[in-house]
Amino acid sequence: MNLKGTPLKGKDFENGHVLTTKSRSNAFYAWDTGQGIGKYLQGLKEGKILGTYCKKCDRTVVPPRVFCELCMGSNIEWRVLKDTGRINTFSICYVNWDASRVEHPHLPAVIEIDGATKGHGIMHVLDEVAPKDIKIGMKVKAVWKRKEERKGDITDIQYWKPL
Amino acid sequence: MSNSVAIVGMGYTSPRPLTPEVSYKEMIYEAAIKAYHDANLPSHKDIDGFVTCAEDFIEGTSIFDEYTPDQLGGVQKPMHTITGDLLHGIATAVMNIQTGQQDIVVVEAHSKLSNVKSLDHITHYATDPILTRPLNVNPHAFAALDMQRFLHVSKNTLKHCAEVVIKNKRNAFKNDLSCHAQNLTVQEVLDSEETFRPLTHLQKASPVDGAFVFVLANAKKAKKLNKKPIWIRGCGWISDSPSLETRAWDTCDYAKLSGQMAYRQAKIKNPKTQIDFFEIDDTYAFKELQHLEALGIYDKGKSGNALLNGALDPDGAMPTNVSGGTLGVGTFHDASGGLRTVEMIKQLRGEAGPRQLKKANTGLAFSWRGVPTTSGITVIYSRKGA
Amino acid sequence: MSGKDEVAIVGAGMTKFMRRAKETPKELCFEAVRAALDSAEMTLDDIDCVIHGTAPDAFDGIHMKGEYLSDGSGAFKKPYMRGYVGGGTGVFSPIQGWYHIASGQFETALVVCEEKMSSFQPHPQGAFLTIFDNMTERPLKPNLLWIFALEMNRYMQTYGITIEDIAHVSVKNKNNAIKHPAAQLGKEITLEEVVNSEVLAWPVHREMVSPTSDGACAVILANKKRAKKITPKPIWISGVGWNLDTSYWTNRDLAYPQYVENAARLAYKMAGIKEPKKQINIVEPYDPFAYKECHHLEGLLLADKGKAPQLAIDGVTQRTGNMPSCPSGGLLGVGNPIAAAGLMKVCELFWQLRGEAEARQVPGKPKYGLAQAWGDLMQVGTVIIVRN
Repeated sequence: MNLKGTPLKGKDFENGHVLTTKSRSNAFYAWDTGQGIGKYLQGLKEGKILGTYCKKCDRTVVPPRVFCELCMGSNIEWRVLKDTGRINTFSICYVNWDASRVEHPHLPAVIEIDGATKGHGIMHVLDEVAPKDIKIGMKVKAVWKRKEERKGDITDIQYWKPL
Repeated sequence: MSNSVAIVGMGYTSPRPLTPEVSYKEMIYEAAIKAYHDANLPSHKDIDGFVTCAEDFIEGTSIFDEYTPDQLGGVQKPMHTITGDLLHGIATAVMNIQTGQQDIVVVEAHSKLSNVKSLDHITHYATDPILTRPLNVNPHAFAALDMQRFLHVSKNTLKHCAEVVIKNKRNAFKNDLSCHAQNLTVQEVLDSEETFRPLTHLQKASPVDGAFVFVLANAKKAKKLNKKPIWIRGCGWISDSPSLETRAWDTCDYAKLSGQMAYRQAKIKNPKTQIDFFEIDDTYAFKELQHLEALGIYDKGKSGNALLNGALDPDGAMPTNVSGGTLGVGTFHDASGGLRTVEMIKQLRGEAGPRQLKKANTGLAFSWRGVPTTSGITVIYSRKGA
Repeated sequence: MSGKDEVAIVGAGMTKFMRRAKETPKELCFEAVRAALDSAEMTLDDIDCVIHGTAPDAFDGIHMKGEYLSDGSGAFKKPYMRGYVGGGTGVFSPIQGWYHIASGQFETALVVCEEKMSSFQPHPQGAFLTIFDNMTERPLKPNLLWIFALEMNRYMQTYGITIEDIAHVSVKNKNNAIKHPAAQLGKEITLEEVVNSEVLAWPVHREMVSPTSDGACAVILANKKRAKKITPKPIWISGVGWNLDTSYWTNRDLAYPQYVENAARLAYKMAGIKEPKKQINIVEPYDPFAYKECHHLEGLLLADKGKAPQLAIDGVTQRTGNMPSCPSGGLLGVGNPIAAAGLMKVCELFWQLRGEAEARQVPGKPKYGLAQAWGDLMQVGTVIIVRN
């Protein structure tokens, strides 16, 4: 097979053998949070994690939604969940998105929230724990920003730490 | 088109310039629930496939199809996204049903353009990054280039373009979906802010938010579900050249060829006599005339005078954009095919209320994907199956 | 119509996969299209419609990227449609081509997949920063590696699988790729080298991740009547399936890709395949990460839950094994220009089932091949089954 394609190396750019044009996307958005996520973010500002309960499916979910994606019903009830949970899975991440190394590893995790139906969690980050000590199934608790610093954002929870 | 497919349900939200109280998911959910009710579907679980029409940069999300299933009841179902107008989604659903593998397919498209804060910059980002983008020309100027050339070649006039605006914004008064109904004079249109000469501000459709959902079914299911199925008789879609340098400015081939493809499927020999009404892209006023001529509804240069004679009015020979079009209702960008399809269904079902046409057996919807593209799609709807 | 064995692949072509290509995105498309047309001895005049597959617009840095790529893809004044399901696109695009023809509307279709990831600076992964939920996840500044590391960890924990078990997949695929002329990363590598490679996001190691790449692939499809005139060796599409799970990925069981099973079941049903483990002779599961090949073989019902790594350890999935998996070298070895990588897998089946895979040819006379891709937020499965 005679395959086309011309792989380039860094020196092709350095010595000017290849020309490039540059531009930056100027894309800005202001997304409407709506009823479901709007109330969720408001709850975070107040130091609460809100979920929704679908009577028909007998399921409490988080992040909350004003309709149930399984039964397509809108007969839901709001529930205040606990700010504790269990680690469903985690990673110890040593690189940034641009492939550069980080000084202190990021510790993302999926945390199943107490009060939600089993298996229902959110993605967040861990701290105040040595990476080697993190285990799936570990109990964790949210560490909140101070009230006056909270702004209705998922980062109103700073991180989760072992309980 | 053999192997008939019909629309058996439609749902939509009220178009508005701003929709701060709902997320896009909540907006789509409302349209979906209404569509499934309209289709008399016992459950969303009866749906075999789902199609969403969306573009990443308009949503502000890379790989936007991630966020499409929940609000439609499409979780763990065959679903995919098309980067096209809602009519491209209709054509896709038709093909899926015709394979025999899917009986009922849902098509969705929406606009949350109010959330996009740098729309012109994003449109500019659609231009060729090497040859065009460095020139730093506002992409609406490409429409002005197109318009200048169209008027020069066809001998239609600025006045004709203004009359399109007047007609569509007047028609919009009778459509409860409209956001931009207005009584205007030719002078007011031509004297409105000059944006990209010869374009003026009032000749360009303004963005609005809204969601559209349609339920399509094969003949067997369609007849069972709905007393008034609206049949899709032909779909034709064509892309001309994306480069500004090589496209067919004079002949508007994306419209011409897409029309021919749809006519062939619908076995339409003479669109002038066999189609009763038209919902045609009017993102810029001149586009309505350009598209009508390219689609063979009028000979070159004849649409302007036909318009002046009232032929495009609701009581004329070729009622065009009775809904008010995107000039009168507002543009949903790639969801605009939804507005056109809603009007088709209402007219063909006889449910168009104050603007119900006397004769509405077969209608033609045409969408264009806007600057800087040359992609267009024609869909022919009818009360009668093949 | 049922669509089964009514549409055939009659030609295939691809470019090299490269970290950074000199060719523009349009030129990459053009080269793949020309190679595919040449292989079938056809010209663009023989093509009724064009389907394009490409993943996020952010890579190439072009809004409405499908429109921009249309002429390079041979779509000038033709019916042209671009569909996408994230990383699942590469296998979905030929499915799109299939339904274009199986609908009865077209006799031939050209399917093109392209990705030029290197345009995004300073690193293509940046294009993935905006795939997360705009309101509940993006403020945490997640990068793409996070979610796959999270899924891999859950998979390992659920079934007691080790990193070494999974590393066997990297060894196999990277070694397989040595014999692929388009390969970007084919190399002789040992189990130790994989296990001891740099940890990027534990448990993901560098040698368990596919690279970012530039490249394009194309295939030509035809209906029964035309296919037989075009080639004596058409490869028939027997079954297709696709399935999308909920966006709420943190509410899902990450240990098992149910959506892949759903897609596979649709394809098996259509193809009339009752015992996939026996009937599928050659498989190209999606392997952007080493664990994904295992995950997917299980979802495809070609391995029992938690048992797929053992297939690699035992050599069953070697090129000379009973069920060769990724004989091409996969994304881990050949490279991963997202949508093009998925279509590369379909090209591989085309060549393998025609006996044209040269040094990569699997032994015996394979009858059925299956290719699968996956994407979005670990959420979509696309499956195609072909036979000779």
